[in-house]
Amino acid sequence: MAEASQPAVPLLQARGLTRVFSSRASLFAKKRELAAVSDVDLDVARGRVTGVVGESGCGKSTLARLVLRLLEPSRGSVAFDGIDLASVPAPALRLLRRRMQMVFQDPYSSIDPRYSVRDTLLEPLLVQRAQLDAAAQDARVAGLMSMVGLNPTLAASYPHQLSGGQKQRVGIARALAMQPDFLVLDEPTASLDVSIQAQIIALLEKLQQDLGLTYLFISHDLGLVRYFCNRIVVMYLGRVVEILPDPEAPPRHPYTRALIDSSFEPDPTRRRVVTLLHGEIADAFNLPPGCAYAARCPQASARCRDERPVLAQDGAHSLACHHPLC
Amino acid sequence: MALLDVSDLSVGIGALQPLDRISFALKKGRILGLVGESGSGKSLTAMALMGLLPLIGARVSGGSVRFDDTELVGLPEEVYRSLRGRRMALITQNPMTSLDPMLRVGAQIDQVGQLHLGLSAAAAKASSIDLLRQLRIPDSATVHQQYPHQMSGGMKQRVVIAMALAGEPELIIADEPTTALDVTIQAQIIQILVDLVRQRGLALVLITHDMGVVAQACDQVVVLYAGRVAESNTVDAIFARPTHPYTQALIACIPRAGQAPGSLKGIAGMVPSVGSYAPGCRYHPRCGKAQPICQGEVPVLQLQAEHRVACHFAQPQGAHG
Repeated sequence: MAEASQPAVPLLQARGLTRVFSSRASLFAKKRELAAVSDVDLDVARGRVTGVVGESGCGKSTLARLVLRLLEPSRGSVAFDGIDLASVPAPALRLLRRRMQMVFQDPYSSIDPRYSVRDTLLEPLLVQRAQLDAAAQDARVAGLMSMVGLNPTLAASYPHQLSGGQKQRVGIARALAMQPDFLVLDEPTASLDVSIQAQIIALLEKLQQDLGLTYLFISHDLGLVRYFCNRIVVMYLGRVVEILPDPEAPPRHPYTRALIDSSFEPDPTRRRVVTLLHGEIADAFNLPPGCAYAARCPQASARCRDERPVLAQDGAHSLACHHPLC
Repeated sequence: MALLDVSDLSVGIGALQPLDRISFALKKGRILGLVGESGSGKSLTAMALMGLLPLIGARVSGGSVRFDDTELVGLPEEVYRSLRGRRMALITQNPMTSLDPMLRVGAQIDQVGQLHLGLSAAAAKASSIDLLRQLRIPDSATVHQQYPHQMSGGMKQRVVIAMALAGEPELIIADEPTTALDVTIQAQIIQILVDLVRQRGLALVLITHDMGVVAQACDQVVVLYAGRVAESNTVDAIFARPTHPYTQALIACIPRAGQAPGSLKGIAGMVPSVGSYAPGCRYHPRCGKAQPICQGEVPVLQLQAEHRVACHFAQPQGAHG
C-alpha cells in the first residue's frame, strides 16, 4: 500500500487540536464544559491509511470533523497540504473541499431519503458548480457507480430500495464525486453486517490503491484497524494515548493492550483471558487530574492519578504512560 | 440429556415460512452459538423458543421444541407464562430499550423475584443487590436505586442480565447481548455470561453475527442462512474444518492478526428477504462452488456425530484456507 517515493511532508497536519463543548446553564444545572478533543497532534501521511481507534466518547468523530473543518476548533491548527485551514476564506475553503471528503458512519441517515442515487451523486457537482450537460452527468454517475461496485441501472433508485451495504457504497461514491485525494472514513462499516463490512473494506482497499487516496480511518474495532491501517492512533477520552508506527508493533499502553485483548479472534484455540475490571469509564465532564485511564488500569499508581502523562515520542512510536508495558 | 431439544422447527408468518426445519440440542452448562447475517432467522428462533411469536403475528408451523422433556409447541399461554422469566429468560440486544426509563432499575429486577419466586419485597431487594454484586457492579446498593438514564450502556446491560437471572432460570437466550456496546465492555459482558454458565450450570443460547464472539465463548455452533441450518458442529471442529461454503465465508470475513492486506473478501451479494428465497440451496446465488444441482435440489443435512452440513459439495476446509 505504501508508495514508492514518499514526500516527507504529511498531507494533513494537526497541531494542538482542541475542541471544548459546553452545556448551557439552566435552572437545574450549572454550565459544564467537556473537552471532546484535547491537544491532539496528528500527521496523516500521503497515500497511506492512518487509523484512529477508541471507544465511544473518546473524541474520534469530533476529531474527524475538526480535521475537515466541519467543526471549528477551540484551539490548535489543521494544515492540509501545507494550507492552514483556519486562515482560508470560505470560497477558497469550498474549492479545497473538493480534495477532502468524508464517508459517514450511518448510510441510513447520511443520505437524503428523497434523493435518488443519481441526485445524491450529482449534488457535490452542483455544490461545486461544475458545469456538466445531461450526457456528461449520466456518464459521471455511471462511472462513479461502477467504481464502487454498484450496477448503474440502480441510478434511479431511492435509498429505501437499497440495502445497507449498497447505501454505504453510494456514500463512498458521493465522497469520490469530486475526485478528492483525502478521505475521512468515520466508522464506515459500524452499522453493517460482518459479511458486508468485509466487502466495503475490500472496496476501500481497492480504491485506495487504484486512485492513490489518503485515508483517515476511524473505528472502534482494533482488529479491523490493525488489518486496514499503516499507522494507528489510539485515543482515550479526548487524548491520544499511543501511536503505533505499524499495525504489528507491540502495544505499550495498557489501554491499547486492553483493546487488543477485547477483540476476539475467530479461532477457539486462541481464546482470550478477559480480566474483569471494576472501574468505569471516567466522566468526561469531570476528568481526573491524572491519567484518564487510571481508574480502569491494572498498572495504575498514585502518580498516575495525580500527574497526567504527556505523549512522548520514542522513534516512530508515541506513548503517554507512566508505566509502559514494554 | 439435553435441556433444550429443538427438532425440525418451522415458523410461518402468513403464507411465508421464514424459518425452515431448524434442529439443535443443548445441555446444561453449555453455550450454543446461533450465527448468521441479519435476516438469517436468528432472532425469530429466539422468539419461537420463548413462545413470543404471537407478538409479531407469527406461529410455529411445524416441528417441536422440548424443554426439560416438556413440549413447548402448543403449550397454553398461562403455562408458558409460568416458564418465561422463571425457568427460561431472554436477554435482548439493546439494553437502552429493554429497561423502563420511569422505574428505578432495582425495582425492575425485584419484580422478577417477587413475581416468579414469591419473594417478599425485602428479600427480592436483597437478592437483586446480591446479583448486581455478582455481576461486578461496584456499589450495587446505590445502583439498585438509580434510574436507567444515570447508567452507562455496559452497566444497563448488566442490569438486564441481572433481571434475566433473578428468576433463577435454567436456560438463557441472549440475542446479540453485546452488539450495542463498546469493545472493552463487550469483552466483559461475554466473560460474565461465560462465567455464569460455568458456575451455575445454565444453558445459554448466544445469538450473534460475530464469529469472534462464537470462537471465544461457545461450545457448539449452529450456522443459519436464510432461515435454514447451513451447518452445525462443535466450536473447535467448525473453526478447524468449516465445511459449508457459507461457514467458510463467514469466518473469512473477520480479519485475523497479521492477515495480508487485500486478502479480506466478504461475501458477495446479500441475504435474500423472506419470499424471495432461491430454489434449491438458498445460498447458491452467493456461492462460489454452486453447480446446477444446487439450484434444483435442496441439500439434505448430512449427519455424522455432532456434525451436520446442508451442502451438495460439502468439503472440509483447513483452518486457515
